[in-house]
Amino acid sequence: MMKMRSFFAALALALALPAGAFADSDGELLGDAERGADVFRKCTGCHKVGPDAPNRAGPHLNEIFGRKAGSIEGFKYSKSMQRAFGDGLVWDAETLDAYIENPRALISGTRMSFRGLKDPQDRHDVLAYLRQFTASPQNIPEAAPTANAHEVVLSPEILAIVGDAEYGEYLAAECLTCHKRSGSDDGIPSIVNWYEEDFVVAMHAYKRKVRPHPVMQMMASRLSDEEIAALAAYFAKIEQDG
Amino acid sequence: MTLNRRAFLGTATAASATLAAPMVRAQAKPRAVVIGGGAGGATAARYIAKDSKGEIDVTLIEPTRTYYTCFFSNLYLGGFRTMDSLGHSYATLAATHGINVVHDWAIGVDRDAKTVSLAGGGSVPYDRLVISPGIDFVDGAVPGWDLSTQTAMPHAYKAGTQTELLKRQIESMPEGGTYVMVAPPNPYRCPPGPYERVSMVAHYLKANNPTAKIIIADPKPKFSKQGLFEEGWQKHYGGMIERIGPDFGGENVSVNAADMTVDIDGEVVNADVVNVIPAMKAGAICDAAALTEGNWAPVSGHTMQSRLDENVHILGDACAQGDMPKSGFSANSQAKVAAMAVRGALTGSRVFPAKFSNTCWSLIDTDDGVKVGASYEATDEKIAKVDGFVSQTGEDAALRKATYEESVGWYAGITADMFS
Repeated sequence: MMKMRSFFAALALALALPAGAFADSDGELLGDAERGADVFRKCTGCHKVGPDAPNRAGPHLNEIFGRKAGSIEGFKYSKSMQRAFGDGLVWDAETLDAYIENPRALISGTRMSFRGLKDPQDRHDVLAYLRQFTASPQNIPEAAPTANAHEVVLSPEILAIVGDAEYGEYLAAECLTCHKRSGSDDGIPSIVNWYEEDFVVAMHAYKRKVRPHPVMQMMASRLSDEEIAALAAYFAKIEQDG
Repeated sequence: MTLNRRAFLGTATAASATLAAPMVRAQAKPRAVVIGGGAGGATAARYIAKDSKGEIDVTLIEPTRTYYTCFFSNLYLGGFRTMDSLGHSYATLAATHGINVVHDWAIGVDRDAKTVSLAGGGSVPYDRLVISPGIDFVDGAVPGWDLSTQTAMPHAYKAGTQTELLKRQIESMPEGGTYVMVAPPNPYRCPPGPYERVSMVAHYLKANNPTAKIIIADPKPKFSKQGLFEEGWQKHYGGMIERIGPDFGGENVSVNAADMTVDIDGEVVNADVVNVIPAMKAGAICDAAALTEGNWAPVSGHTMQSRLDENVHILGDACAQGDMPKSGFSANSQAKVAAMAVRGALTGSRVFPAKFSNTCWSLIDTDDGVKVGASYEATDEKIAKVDGFVSQTGEDAALRKATYEESVGWYAGITADMFS
């Protein structure tokens, strides 16, 4: 009983801390398209954009705003991207921003081997550039509000939480009804041996409903920051069997 | 002197008893016994054994050597799975986790002596008992049907030979024949189960016997995922399926196994296959252990402990817990809470607040999967629903296909979580 009570006390304390989980980015203006064209050079090895742009290693990016993820006919997407299509993920300013910041945090098994643009200004600029190739983009500057919500940018405090792996092991039992300890990703993605930070970002993205999957939104919605950190700590070091 | 001597002897006896007892306890590990090797019991045994790392002796009592999951057995009827792919062995639980697997029927529990008696003779002592026996059927629920007629009119609501029998009967239907399902009243195992089954039977018949008919006699005014199923039946099997609800006498049903007829509110239907799914109750061991109130065994949601005996935890279909549906997913979820509570009680390991979740996927036709799910928490009264979701009508084909693929992934996940 003592253990139970002190655990609850710790939880209550954790919950009482100021939230501050997400950078408040309301009112951030669209970036500079001209500068974005320069930033986009990092992408052109795989992605083409402009009149009659073909698919390369990555799909062309015309009409990317408002396009369903994984929806270009004939392009061979990763299983993860196909699942995102099934989940109904649509590319808009918000989801694209999250994706190019850290592709794997949004689409776990994406084939896009790119570490991501960590500088928010780079992302704003490149998205401003890409918007020019979509006829009627969603959330365009002309349409208010123009904010890019950085819903998966977490405060240093959140990222600094050291997860309680033992608590994570208990919480993980719920995940392992569907996700396999072996790391198999047949039908349901693998969640084992992720970098803790990627795991934390992904779970907060579900919690904030940036990632669209309804089961995961539900599971994440009732996890505290501490619990997400605990799960990340456990799954980062899990011993795979099978 | 006599008095003194007697007093001395008395004290000495008492002292040696109290001295002896801790020595026995110090030598023997605490014992957890689990009755039933399904989604609740196999998971509970595995988690208690795995997480206690040998500190608890775990015995699993289960009569069958190969366990066939009831979940996904409808997909066998539809031709999407083989029966072999639904069968699971207990070998890994024994070999990897050191669980003592006893293939026998538990027929009684002496809750004072804390022992379980076995049909094959002998008894198994426990410090904590977990009971997860699934369902049995309420006697006389459908007039004309009892276990002696289950070969003529299978329930196929415990997977294995009954499911194989039902499939053979469906395959033997004459051209344009009639399949009748007598659907169960609430509460019952797997709320979407009967309706997924109808979908799978229709899928088979559409390809092999397209003029055949399906009739559902249903005592319930509404059922799980009704809008999704009815949309799918219209889309894939237009005209094949007729459901007779309580407004039209669907609750007033009797059967005659000798002449293969079903009487639905006075109207006699000649059938080629009659799938009777009677009203359900907790598996018989719960009654034998005097742990039921009405048809089910009441439990506390915090620990899954019986409301009638704190040394017994009851899981899955058999327990009355509150808002969770009777599903394999629910039983698996409850098992983890129970396993944590059992370990906490027997070894003093950390105990965390109970969390539960459930998702039920159903297949309506090829690549047309739907799902419903919710998360739950324990209150002092019950397991209470927190949040939920359900597939929507009119979803596009890609989403339905992804949902089906997800269910296949889940099957691999939960069976690994039970048996690996």
